[in-house]
Amino acid sequence: MANLISASGLKKVYRRGNEEVYAVNGVDLEVKAGEMLAITGPSGSGKTTLLNILGCLDNPTEGSLSVEGTKIFGDKKEFPETKLTKVRRQLFGYIFQNFYLVPTLTVLENVKLPQIFYKNKNARKNPDQLLKQMGLGHRIHHLPFELSGGEMQRVAIARALINEPKILLADEPTGNLDTHRAAEIKEILRSLAGEGISIVMVTHNLEMANAADRKIEIRDGKIH
Amino acid sequence: MNIYSVAYKNLLRKKIRSSLTAGGIALSAWVLVTLLGFNRGYENGLNRDIDNLGFQVLLTAKGCPYEAATLMLKGGTGLRYIKEDMVKAVTANPEVEKVTPMLMQGVFDPNKGENGAVAAYLGVDALTFPEMKKYLEFKEGAWFKDNKAYEAVLGYEAAELEQREVGDKLLIPGINAEVTVVGVLKRSGTQDDGTIFLPIGTVQSLFSKKGQLTALGIKVKKDTDIDAFENRLYDLPDVQVVSLAQVKSTIMGLVASAKAIVMALAFIAVLIAMAGVINTILMSVMERTPEIGIIKSMGAMPLDVFKMIWTETAILCAAGGLAGIFLSLLTAKLSEAAIRHFLPYTPNGALIASDWRIAATALLVIIAGGLLSGLYPAWRASRVRPLEAIRTEGN
Repeated sequence: MANLISASGLKKVYRRGNEEVYAVNGVDLEVKAGEMLAITGPSGSGKTTLLNILGCLDNPTEGSLSVEGTKIFGDKKEFPETKLTKVRRQLFGYIFQNFYLVPTLTVLENVKLPQIFYKNKNARKNPDQLLKQMGLGHRIHHLPFELSGGEMQRVAIARALINEPKILLADEPTGNLDTHRAAEIKEILRSLAGEGISIVMVTHNLEMANAADRKIEIRDGKIH
Repeated sequence: MNIYSVAYKNLLRKKIRSSLTAGGIALSAWVLVTLLGFNRGYENGLNRDIDNLGFQVLLTAKGCPYEAATLMLKGGTGLRYIKEDMVKAVTANPEVEKVTPMLMQGVFDPNKGENGAVAAYLGVDALTFPEMKKYLEFKEGAWFKDNKAYEAVLGYEAAELEQREVGDKLLIPGINAEVTVVGVLKRSGTQDDGTIFLPIGTVQSLFSKKGQLTALGIKVKKDTDIDAFENRLYDLPDVQVVSLAQVKSTIMGLVASAKAIVMALAFIAVLIAMAGVINTILMSVMERTPEIGIIKSMGAMPLDVFKMIWTETAILCAAGGLAGIFLSLLTAKLSEAAIRHFLPYTPNGALIASDWRIAATALLVIIAGGLLSGLYPAWRASRVRPLEAIRTEGN
């Protein structure tokens, strides 16, 4: 399988007074198409920073990153923000621990929201189909506050999938869910990987991590 | 679903906050429309009142110009008099088309109102006055037959107030004289509606003012140089000449300062509303920073986010503006009554002349002001980085 993401020598340095803190310190990493990768590690180890760099949401201080063969970071020339936005909307879908659904929009409207800004004309599934796939066919006209945590996360996943991204980035997708709901989300992500979507997730949940094709542990910004 | 419907729904999140902000905008729109309408209505009314006088120049005895202006527009007891032979002297001028003599007298009527009031009687010439006031129409009856008849013509409101019809007797209090009502005028929307007209000879006789007048109304011929004519009239002894232009500028001068203050207040009201808009939208942007970050991670360009926040501002301002305009049109009568209560002189007719042009102007001002206020919050939102959303979750 070809590499969808290739990262080499990634470093992210923050300044805390006179001290330099290496959130990510020389990470080399590849993610293949259809691969499910779990990033684990203790709090403050740099997992989320690494995920953000891989998802083109943050830029590294050093190192290079290529996505689908396009060099995003690492060239002397800076990748413009508008181009970065285009890369993000064409290739990535994001899932967060806190779901971030728009509270005044219905489930269906939340899923459709990304298409206001960008619509992948080749997308095979429409919002209704996606919601049915997530087991939310009966909830499409409900508002987020009427849903359980697990249902809200499934809406967030449907929203992330609406433009058929090649890579799904998930930051603690089960962090706010009970064991039963977490297992549901695990199954969904597993089946999405089966459909050929690369999944990179940060998790503390051992079961989630064990369900991944590959697991890496980050400590002090380095892969162990 | 589009960016506009999302913006609209965003405003529904904090309904009370959005409603209060829209309420502030509505109040400023209400003030703006009412004052713009008042400016126009006052000027229109003043012009109408003066045009309906039937004459362009008024000659009175020398005295205070404001008193003369009041006499010209609202009548008055006219404490100073000019001689009746002044009519001939004025008529001799080649510029003069018509002259009509007037004698205003007032007596205290203890039965008028709750505590009594002055009842005014305008003595007019049966021949020349109707000629000059051609717009006056009769509801019933006609003008008096001659200048010495014990007859009266009542303006529409005067007839209502006195509860008199043609054929009824009207007692003039104080001098215990009785006249017969021979005519009641239709409503004209001018000061004539509240006037009791008597033949000038009768007023002179009843009030012992033989050969005396309070004013002379002069209609000049077309293309006359009124300024030059006025200057020549000042050659006559002890007279005061008041022209339409002078009356307009005198009254406009009196109300100009008040109007400036009131317009400044309207401007301040709009500014306060706009400050409220900035505060509301900025607060909303700050509260939604993570969400805006997520929207950007979904692929929204800075311009998309700017448009969304700016649309929220526009919706808020348009809704508040429209509500304020509606409120202003709904309460126009009430506002008019309040203004009439506070101003010493107000012209007849509608005092607040708001129309669709004024409403559209106010709405444009409010929306333009709102959009201007929304620039900073929208710009700030457009600069939110997707990362800021994720950072809230920590490592």
